[in-house]
Amino acid sequence: MTATVRIPTPLRTVTGGKATVTVDGSTVREVVKNLDAAHPGLGERVLDDNGEVRRFVNVFVDDEDIRFASGLDTPVRDGATVSIIPAVAGG
Amino acid sequence: MVRRDDALTPTGSAFFTSGGEVSYVKGLQCRECGREVDLGAVHVCEFCFGPLEVVYDYDAVARDVTREAIAAGPLSIWRYAPLLPVLPGSDPSQRVDLGAGFTPLVPAPRLGEALGLEDLWLKNDTVNPSFSFKDRVVSVALSAARSLGFDTAACASTGNLAHSVAAHAARAGMRAFVFIPADLEEAKVLATAVYGADVVAVKGSYDDVNRLCAEVAGEHGWAFVNVNVRPYYAEGSKTLGFEIAEQLGWTLPDHVVAPMASGSMLVKIDKAFGELVKVGLVDDKPWKVSGAQASGCAPIATALKDGSGVVKPVRPDTVAKSLAIGDPADGYYALDAVRRTGGWMEDVSDAELVDAIELLARTEGIFGETAAGVTIAVLRKLVAQGRIEPSERTVAVVSGMGLKTLPVVADRVGPTFEITPSLDDFESALTLKEQS
Repeated sequence: MTATVRIPTPLRTVTGGKATVTVDGSTVREVVKNLDAAHPGLGERVLDDNGEVRRFVNVFVDDEDIRFASGLDTPVRDGATVSIIPAVAGG
Repeated sequence: MVRRDDALTPTGSAFFTSGGEVSYVKGLQCRECGREVDLGAVHVCEFCFGPLEVVYDYDAVARDVTREAIAAGPLSIWRYAPLLPVLPGSDPSQRVDLGAGFTPLVPAPRLGEALGLEDLWLKNDTVNPSFSFKDRVVSVALSAARSLGFDTAACASTGNLAHSVAAHAARAGMRAFVFIPADLEEAKVLATAVYGADVVAVKGSYDDVNRLCAEVAGEHGWAFVNVNVRPYYAEGSKTLGFEIAEQLGWTLPDHVVAPMASGSMLVKIDKAFGELVKVGLVDDKPWKVSGAQASGCAPIATALKDGSGVVKPVRPDTVAKSLAIGDPADGYYALDAVRRTGGWMEDVSDAELVDAIELLARTEGIFGETAAGVTIAVLRKLVAQGRIEPSERTVAVVSGMGLKTLPVVADRVGPTFEITPSLDDFESALTLKEQS
């Protein structure tokens, strides 16, 4: 399974400026693990010390918030787009 | 324009420019991990994605700012400029100001009697330039954006923010892009478009719009008030707290009830009270903040009431569209503030909030939008639960104007009777009405 991961601006320092990165993985957990292998340091930006998604990080698989699916165990189909997006305020 | 020369005595480590503008801003800091960040158009910590917050030199503010100096300032949010993110080097003539703030704080004895409160006050933010409290945050955000060199303003909005950004951008001669859910109330869409803003109606919820904007902000060099200039934007809501204290004769109320969408307003009112104590402008005393949500979108209230403390996103389903944020970014901080101060959170049905809109209008002559209905209905609930004592000095924030959400009352109120232009007709109709 190969997914395209969209990298938000604050994390592009870790990806050498790349806005999208292609990695393997059949779940979000695997995608994040492989992202970190390809771009060391990215994992700890997304996950906290307990291995959970940081509370101000939102992850979407094909536009679906993984908190509405199975969290880090959310399946990632071949060719899926995974977006990592900081939480933003509203109004 | 702030009368800087009268208002402040330059000392200490505050920053100055040749134009006399004073800044007490030291920088930005992550609320989560504490990392310090230079001032700029950046809203999240690069390390943990936590929100960045403006840091002030409170010692210098305490030394320089007095109640009298504030009283001599403009009748707007800018009277509190030393505690707002005025950026070093900014030109005061470039401030984006439609006169937001210093709205009436009125006693509400008739509503208080209806609810069982003896000392109720209403902060009437319906009278702001674009008719909601959002003018406070937008004036601050776009002033900072201009200082940072932006010429285009943008936002994701549930309506009130769109309206305000469009108005302030027009005032400043900035281009504006506002992104809204396509199903927003017509009044909010038209009242935004009339200022000449580019209105982008997105087929999706507010949270979908917000996510899109987070990505657009990464691609375009625009000042998204609730994204890349959010640290400055959010500070504007503190002025609600500053004004409440000043209008109560530089004292703090016992209890404030505020509506919650992202949760930011409540957090900033609490922060404002803390800052006023810190810089010596008010005496310290306990205060409580309580939050109000609609049951169809109550992720923060639910996290408090179920004891989990985990803000789980929801898919909003309520007529209170201005509060319909299913994934509230400041939810955790709102929980912290409510728990720390001993307040509470409640949520109310759409029927309850519409009842409360009418109750507010009929008892106090203030027509609030759906968020105001949520606040008053929750206030009623908190009193009924005994969470607010009758004698507590309580302030409820009426955050926006009812004309923006007219359809929610359209099937409940209207002409009492329709007649021909004849006195006989009127007298007959009046008799019928009096008999009914």
